[in-house]
Amino acid sequence: MPQTFYLKKGFNIPLVGRALLEEHEISQPNSFAVKPSDFKGLVQPKLLVSVGENVKAGDPLFFDKVREEVLFVAPVSGEISEIIRGERRKIIEIRILADKEIEYKTFKKYTKTEINNLTRAEAIAALTVGGIWPSFIQRPFGVLANPSDEPSAIYISAFDSNPCAPDMAYLLRGKEGVFQLGIAILSKLAKGNIHVNLDASEIPSVFSGLEQVNINKFSGPHPAGNVGVQIHHIKPIGKNDKVWTIDPLSVARTGTLFMEGIYDASKLIAITGSEIIHPHYVKTYSGACLDKLVVENFKKTNARFISGNVLSGEHVGVRGYLGHFHNQISVIPEGDEEEFLGWMLPSFEKLSFHKAFGLFSFLIPKKEKVLDTNTNGEQRNFTISGAFEKILPMDILPTYLFKSIISNDYDEMEALGIYEVIEEDVALCEYIDVSKNDIQAIVREGIELIRNS
Amino acid sequence: MKLLQNLFDSIKPHVEKGAKYEKLHTLYEGHRTIFFKPSLTTGLTGVQVKDAADLKRVMFTVIVALIPCLLFGMWNVGHQHFLATGVADATFISKFLLGAGQVLPILIVSYGVGLGVEFTFCVIRNHPIEEGFLVTGILIPLVMPATIPLWQVAMATVFGVIIAKEVFGGTGMNILNVALTSRAFLYFAYPSQISGDMVWTYLGDQVPVDGFSGATLLSYGSAAAANGTEMMAGLGGHWYAGMFDFWNLFLGIIPGSIGETSVLMCLIGAAILVFTGVGSWKIILSVFGGAWVMGMIFNLTGANSFMLMPAHYHLVVGGLAFGAVFMATDPVSAAQTETGKWIYGFMIGMLAVIIRISNPAYPEGIMLAILFMNVFAPLIDYYVVEAHKKRRLKRATI
Repeated sequence: MPQTFYLKKGFNIPLVGRALLEEHEISQPNSFAVKPSDFKGLVQPKLLVSVGENVKAGDPLFFDKVREEVLFVAPVSGEISEIIRGERRKIIEIRILADKEIEYKTFKKYTKTEINNLTRAEAIAALTVGGIWPSFIQRPFGVLANPSDEPSAIYISAFDSNPCAPDMAYLLRGKEGVFQLGIAILSKLAKGNIHVNLDASEIPSVFSGLEQVNINKFSGPHPAGNVGVQIHHIKPIGKNDKVWTIDPLSVARTGTLFMEGIYDASKLIAITGSEIIHPHYVKTYSGACLDKLVVENFKKTNARFISGNVLSGEHVGVRGYLGHFHNQISVIPEGDEEEFLGWMLPSFEKLSFHKAFGLFSFLIPKKEKVLDTNTNGEQRNFTISGAFEKILPMDILPTYLFKSIISNDYDEMEALGIYEVIEEDVALCEYIDVSKNDIQAIVREGIELIRNS
Repeated sequence: MKLLQNLFDSIKPHVEKGAKYEKLHTLYEGHRTIFFKPSLTTGLTGVQVKDAADLKRVMFTVIVALIPCLLFGMWNVGHQHFLATGVADATFISKFLLGAGQVLPILIVSYGVGLGVEFTFCVIRNHPIEEGFLVTGILIPLVMPATIPLWQVAMATVFGVIIAKEVFGGTGMNILNVALTSRAFLYFAYPSQISGDMVWTYLGDQVPVDGFSGATLLSYGSAAAANGTEMMAGLGGHWYAGMFDFWNLFLGIIPGSIGETSVLMCLIGAAILVFTGVGSWKIILSVFGGAWVMGMIFNLTGANSFMLMPAHYHLVVGGLAFGAVFMATDPVSAAQTETGKWIYGFMIGMLAVIIRISNPAYPEGIMLAILFMNVFAPLIDYYVVEAHKKRRLKRATI
């Protein structure tokens, strides 16, 4: 019997530009890139390719120096066109000039019986070589999972509650079979259950007949769809626990890898945001360059191009590349202009969680709003109290946790819950902070302090 | 608006890094951001959009909540003046104007001196101008008697801003409430201008009517306790009949500090603060609750007639309501945990009444009660957080 969790705290950001559930044909971008920075916990990528080399989809591009068996593979076939490096020759992007027709590297195909008899070691070997492994994330810390660990459970959040988030069931259209197959393979990896966490309001058919999983339902505003929040309610983790999370799309890719023997990096992504003319879905591949995906469909305003959603996405620019874990592009206006008495004038249009003087958006909470990238104020010391506590649906005192990180107090961080959060879980805190602190960066700093202690 | 932007733009090269007046950069930014919400945008990672509320707007909300108290205070200063000098037919306007004439200079001195100190520190320590003083600057006049010498207002403001705030690192880092620290400074340094019976009513150069007494209800109380007389009977003999009726006290048509007399106006302010989420209803309610419970305890023990004053009177006399709504709720100096807020508020209420009744040297206790609990707020929070950590630990090991 699925358990339902009712979360009261949180905040839905009603952003203009949610994608309609329809897929549009586009001409595919020429350029794709893999960004090592997408993978938290990656220590030192070692390149396996050089500029000018041809690769197939699924060919390894690099591996991590400390964990050589895990390969990071090419999403498409083509020629390695550029390797962008930053300070101290750190690899920023490995760019691939894509072939018109994608050629796939072939991996071993498995039959149903072979999958049933698969051992844990075999499954891990196939996943690490097949390019799926980097999608496994370990909690605590939200970093690359270590194949030699045996997690107590694996969690899959099957819905996204972020602003203008894509509809997960739509992304997995027609992939029911491979998704279930992926689950069967995951079940070899964990000691305990595979948890699939669904939106309580509607159960899409793709998730309705799942076997070998534990179904949990979540009801409430964002961040109810964040897997960290879900774990916190299902079975909170502490210092010595290890669980893994994986996104639904990667589960389906796991199924495809075993069934068809290819690394299929294709994905539907939602093109969203107020500066998009027709918000809809397009099909492309992981690491796609944004320009072709949006250029015809964009209002030609002074806009910002974000890979991912507006709360935890990345400002990559129109020539930037889609992040590995992102199924969404958000295009919103830049807010780089001054506004006369903007801090004081009353408004119904400016969205605020608070009800401070003149901010009337709470009267029309459902009305979709255009939000720009202005910070709406300057950074200050933490001043007001009680607001973070109202928005984070976890048994955590956020202000005290953040302050313990700022003061590098390891014991406090541990006791106050650093093991249970990653950046996306506190993104709403950062959004509502009237003191405009970079809370996601603070939390990542705390996580790294604890990891390296 | 373009004109103003151009003006700021023309000043900008002179205050930028490396320019002649680079030290004044924070002042330049501070003034520009008062007129214009800055053009800052979010970073490459982290949230790409931010909430419309900032600290300026939050502080401005508190100022809006204080306006009823300020306006009523201006009227009441005039009203008390004409009552005391026996002008029965003074109009509303003349009362208000007389009061405003007395209150505005105090307000101007408080803001002028306070912002001066603030700007000096911003330049010396190179930190941005913070919004905290916008509220402090209006709170200070409201807790002063209308008769306060302006130089004392200036001294108090300087003391409060420097000692209570800047030495700790500015808004958000202070331990004590800044406005109350200013008042406490005057209270101990120049007691004759801020205590006693004669400072609460502004007389100017006029002579009061025969039988006039500037005594407050609390001074009746402490006198009755000291002399062993009946307090409530003594109130009946006040020169102006009905002044100390419960509802008159509630409305605040009594002598007192400028903004603190009217419980009604404080409650309007409280409604604004609570509705906007800027002030904690838990603190406000628990201060009132603590005061009432302590009043009841004194009623039950009843060693003298002041102790027997009905407990609900404690809620409407002196500065308790103003303190509960505007001072105790200061988010920086108050307890920050939700459980802590209940304890913090309740203790303030109880302490205020204990000081009122048991200490004849301080007829009003709310100021000292809040300052005292400001100091203890981190301790309360500490234990609340410890309990939270213990609970978390237990939960994780199941």
